[in-house]
Amino acid sequence: MARPRKKPVASPGNDDIGEDKRLELWRKQLEIRHCEQRAYDLFLQNLVKGTSHLSLGQEAIAAGFAAAMRPDDKSFCTYRGHAHTLARGVPMEQMLGELMQRDCGLMRGKGGSMHLTSIDHGVMGSYAIIGAHLPIAVGSAWRAQYLGHDDVTVVFFGDGTTNIGAFHEALNYAVVFKLPVVFVCENNLYMEYTPIGAITAVEHPAADRAGAYGLDKIIIDGNDADEVYRTAQTAFAKARAGEGPSLIECKTYRHSGHSRADPGAYRPKGELERWKEHDPIKVYRARLAEFGIADAVIDDIEQAVKAEVERATAVCKAAPLPPEDILTTDVYADGGWAWRN
Amino acid sequence: MAELTYREAVAAGIAQEMERDERVAFLGEDVAAAGGVFKATVGLLERFGPRRVIDTPISEQAILGAAMGAAMTGMRPIAEIMFSDFLAVCWDFPANEFSKARYMSNGQIKLPLVVRCGNGAGSRFGAQHSQSVENWAMAIPGLKVVAPSTPADVKGLLAAAVRDDDPVMFFEHKSLYALKGEVPDGEHVDQLGVARIVRPGKDCTIVALALMVHRALAAAEKLAERGIEAEVIDVRSLVPLDTRTILGSIARTGRLFTVEENPRLCGWGAEIASIAADELFYDLDGPIVRITTPHIPLPAADNLEDIVLPTVDRIVETVTRSMA
Ligand SMILES: Cc1ncc(C[n+]2csc(CCOP(=O)(O)OP(=O)(O)O)c2C)c(N)n1
Repeated sequence: MARPRKKPVASPGNDDIGEDKRLELWRKQLEIRHCEQRAYDLFLQNLVKGTSHLSLGQEAIAAGFAAAMRPDDKSFCTYRGHAHTLARGVPMEQMLGELMQRDCGLMRGKGGSMHLTSIDHGVMGSYAIIGAHLPIAVGSAWRAQYLGHDDVTVVFFGDGTTNIGAFHEALNYAVVFKLPVVFVCENNLYMEYTPIGAITAVEHPAADRAGAYGLDKIIIDGNDADEVYRTAQTAFAKARAGEGPSLIECKTYRHSGHSRADPGAYRPKGELERWKEHDPIKVYRARLAEFGIADAVIDDIEQAVKAEVERATAVCKAAPLPPEDILTTDVYADGGWAWRN
Repeated sequence: MAELTYREAVAAGIAQEMERDERVAFLGEDVAAAGGVFKATVGLLERFGPRRVIDTPISEQAILGAAMGAAMTGMRPIAEIMFSDFLAVCWDFPANEFSKARYMSNGQIKLPLVVRCGNGAGSRFGAQHSQSVENWAMAIPGLKVVAPSTPADVKGLLAAAVRDDDPVMFFEHKSLYALKGEVPDGEHVDQLGVARIVRPGKDCTIVALALMVHRALAAAEKLAERGIEAEVIDVRSLVPLDTRTILGSIARTGRLFTVEENPRLCGWGAEIASIAADELFYDLDGPIVRITTPHIPLPAADNLEDIVLPTVDRIVETVTRSMA
C-alpha cells in the first residue's frame, strides 16, 4: 500500500533540488549500495581479488557531490573509490570488472580496485598512498585556473588523511593561489582500525584545521544526500567564481570493516546499530516519501538498479582475463616499456 | 654560437620552451623573484610574469603533486626541487605517483612534466645537500632520467625533456653551474637517450656522467701521456640508456671503467657493468672496474670531500693499475 502523501516541508531550501535531481540522487546511492554489496559477495566467492574497500554507509557523499558536478569537473578519490567512480557515471561492469581483474575492467586489470581511473568521466584516479592525491588535485585546479577553464576539481579523502603532511601542504598551496579545488573529508570516525579521535589533536579532524588555512569551518551530515548536494553546489560556485578552495567535513560512518573481510571488531557495541538508524539509504527513502514521490517510483528505481547489478555481474563473470600481451604496455608514453636501445 | 654558463643554459632552456608553448609553466621555491638559489632561473619572472613563473611555499609534496595534476590534465609543467636530496621528502610522487599513473591507468594518463634539481657534490654542503641521487630515479620504471654535463646539453636536453610525454627527472650538477660553454643559437632541442663519445680512444672505455665527465676527460689526457688512449663516454641520459653507443665502444676497446659520484652500492655504474658483463663478456680483456665514492655519507670539509669524490688522479691511477 502506498504511503500517505505528505506535503513538502515548507523549507525554501528544500525546493531548490526538485524531483528529477532527487531521483538521480536516489539512483546513484542505490547503485553504489547494491554494487558494493555485490563486490563484497564476489570477494567472498574469491571472484574479487586482492582487496576491496567498501563505503557502505557513505553513499550520500559520493552521490551528492557527483550530482553537483559537471561532466568536465575532475574528481580524485582514494582506494575507497568505488562509490566515487560509479557516481560519475562509469559503467558498472567496468568498475566491477576491474575489481574482478578481468579484461572488461576499467584498466583491463592493470590497476586493480585501488586505482580506478576513467579520464572520460573525469575520474582522475584513485590513490592508494594516503594523501598523495590532495596535491595532485591542487595541480589539476591550477591547470584550470592557468588555462582559463572553469571546471572544478574535487578531492575526496578520509579523516585519517588529515594527519599526513600532504594534506597540509595541499591546503596551504590551494589557498595561497586561490585554486578551484574542493577538499572533501569523509569522516567515518576511523582510520583503518583506530578511532580517529584517539590519534588526532582536534575533535573535527578536517574542519577544526580549516581556520589554519583561512577557510570556513564546514561540517555537514554526510548521510544526507540533499545536504551534501547543496553544500557541494555552494563550494563549486565559489570555486568557479575564482574565490578559491573549500574544505568540507562530512560526518558519516562505514558499515563494513576497513577492507576485505575485516569484521570491524574494534568498534564499540551498538555503534554500528546506532549509525544504521541514520543510514543514508533509509534517510533518503523517507525524504522521497516526504516529498510525495510514490513508493512505486522509488521501488522501480531500486529494482532497475538491482537488475543492473545482475547484468554487470554476469558480464564480468563471462569476461576473459586480461591478455598477457598488455603486461609491458604503457610504461612509457610511446606505449612500450623500453628503457634502453 | 653563444657562450653561456651552465646556469644560464637552464634559464635559456626554460625560456625557449615557455616561449614556444603556453602550457609550459615553471614552479619551485625561490625560483621566481630570487631567480633560484643557484641563480639558474634569473630573468624568467621578468620575462614571463608570475602566472607562469611561480614562487611556491616550502612544500615539496605540493610542488610535485601540483606538477603532476597539471600535467595529467593538459599542461607541461617544469618543477624545481632545490637540492636533489630533498626529493626524499616528496619521493612518493616520483616513486609511486607519476611513474605509475600511465601504466596503472592502462595508458589513460599522460604525464609530460619535468622535475629539475641541483644534484651532486663539490660545494662542501655536507651529507644532506650534496648527494647524487640519479640512481634512485633510475630504479623506477616509468621515469626518464637525464643528467647533462655541458651548457649546450642543459639547454638541448631540457628542451627535449619538456617536449617528452613522460615524466623526466632532470639532474643538474651543482658544481657545473659556473661552467661556460658554447650553446647553439636559436632553437636548440636535443634528443633523450643518446650517449656521446666525448673523446675517442682505443685502449679502454670510461663511462661517466655530469661532473665526472669532465674529470674523466682530464684523466684521459693524463693517461694519454702514459700511452693509454681512453675513450670517454658521456652517458647524458640514464633512462633511456644508450647501450648501443656504450657497448659499441667497449667492444672496440675491450675494457670498461665507470666513474660515478654515487656511493659504492647500487650506483648506475653497476648497471652498466652488469649489462657489459652480460652482453660483451667475450669481448672484455680485463675486469670491469667501477670508480665511485665509498659507501659513506658525504663529509663537508674540503679535504674530506675531495678524498671521497672520484678525482682525476684516482681515475688515472685506477685505470693505469688495471691496464698494466
Ligand atoms: C602513506 C600511507 N600510510 C599508510 C597507509 C595504509 N593505510 C591504508 S588506508 C589507511 C587509513 C586511512 O584512513 P582514512 O584517511 O580515514 O580513510 P578511510 O579508510 O577511513 O576512508 C591507512 C593507514 C597508506 N595506504 N598510505
